[in-house]
Amino acid sequence: MKFLCISCDTVMDFVERQIPGDGTLAAVFECGSCNKEVAMLTNPMETQLVSSMGVKIGGREVPAQPMELSRTSMEGGKEEVFEVPESGLPEHQGHPLSVTWTPEAVGRLDNVPSFVRGMVKRIYTDWAQQNGISEMNPVIMDRARTELGLEGM
Amino acid sequence: MRKIRTYQDVSHSTESELLEQVIEQQERLADRLSPIKCLVAIASGKGGVGKSAITANLAVGLASRGFKVGATDADLNGPSLGRMLNVSGATLGDSADGVAPAKSPTGVSVMSMELLQSEADAPLQWREPSLGGFIWQSSLETGVLREFLGDVAWGDLDVLLIDVPPGTDKIKRLLEILPSLDLMLLVTTPSETTRFVVAKSIRLAQEARIENIGLVENMESHVCPSCGHVSKLFGTEANEEELPYGTVSLWGSIPFDPRLGASTDEGRPLISTDPTAAVSIALQALVERVSEHINGGAQ
Ligand SMILES: Nc1ncnc2c1ncn2[C@@H]1O[C@H](COP(=O)(O)OP(=O)(O)O)[C@@H](O)[C@H]1O
Ligand SMILES: [Mg+2]
Ligand SMILES: [Zn+2]
Repeated sequence: MKFLCISCDTVMDFVERQIPGDGTLAAVFECGSCNKEVAMLTNPMETQLVSSMGVKIGGREVPAQPMELSRTSMEGGKEEVFEVPESGLPEHQGHPLSVTWTPEAVGRLDNVPSFVRGMVKRIYTDWAQQNGISEMNPVIMDRARTELGLEGM
Repeated sequence: MRKIRTYQDVSHSTESELLEQVIEQQERLADRLSPIKCLVAIASGKGGVGKSAITANLAVGLASRGFKVGATDADLNGPSLGRMLNVSGATLGDSADGVAPAKSPTGVSVMSMELLQSEADAPLQWREPSLGGFIWQSSLETGVLREFLGDVAWGDLDVLLIDVPPGTDKIKRLLEILPSLDLMLLVTTPSETTRFVVAKSIRLAQEARIENIGLVENMESHVCPSCGHVSKLFGTEANEEELPYGTVSLWGSIPFDPRLGASTDEGRPLISTDPTAAVSIALQALVERVSEHINGGAQ
């Protein structure tokens, strides 16, 4: 899918993606020559068609998580089937920056269905590390959520 | 009429990165499967012919010979491997480099949709939107199947068995996402209807240039539990030359034995619980043939 600015005969560049939470999606493209922007708005069916491919318009901010498509698309996923190893998140131990979670942030995470909880925690932690943030609190969570387009999770 | 450049005319990328992500998905799958020695699909095209029962018994038979065995249940809508390999209710380790498969008491690594569903009798359903499912469902299920193969921390298995759902289209989808397949076992029965469908699957596999295709004729005869008399299960005394299977070789002939169904369906594949039953001996012959194949021997 490409957007062509006809007056400039220039292919527009992807700028941002927004997920309002009603199943629809907005993707903004900009013409590099005249700076005109267009938004592509997709209905829930079109949005689902793209997300069912396990891809995100504009690319991913964090690498795809194991079984992400299954976990975010299934209805009636079994609680507690995914177990984060006792040692916490060993995959982050190699990273110089460790992220601590405030009790409020942990509380928020507890509201996430356990089917996706481990995955969501990993995504937030990765994002914090990439942004040099060592403490995860609700405000940071909101920021990450918007930046990462996690509304669907 | 003014001339607008076509998609192919413009080489500049939009940075929406959709194609790149699809390529990355394929690379992830290829990386995951590359340490696995042998990939075997158990398919048919038809349902209810014993694909899952044979997969479960084959898995257990191979594991008892010391092979590192994995089994993934590609039948998302009619999962059976969780039950048959006795891992129902197992939890799955969640880590950044993959989901740890369930481990059966017989030592087989298993992934099945059954493990992910909260209610055993609930049909598989996807989150909204409910409209237009016919448009996106197939791509979603293909994506989930890719995860069942590529997002599971299988490790360096000797063999990964794939229990393929009925429908020749499902075989085709699987072949599209798999980087390669070492062996396809096609399960058939002496019923004319099954043969008709399996012939299509054979053609599909041949057109996809699968190097090794083997037939497993299931329920080919009936062993009387009281007197041991062997009789044909289906009336037609088919002449082998008339079978629509061309040159595809026969890898196994499994008789019908109600104990095989009962025991396997309860999570105790008969091959391990009653190894001397005629049907277990027939299954062992199939296990032997597949073992030779894994070891790179006779094909
Ligand atoms: N040779 C056999 N003798 C007796 N029962 C069998 C045999 N093969 C399969 N079954 C049983 O028949 C039923 C259907 O088989 P299944 O493996 O679920 O078929 P599929 O996976 O092809 O749909 C199951 O209950 C299975 O245990
Ligand atoms: Mg089955
Ligand atoms: Zn322009």
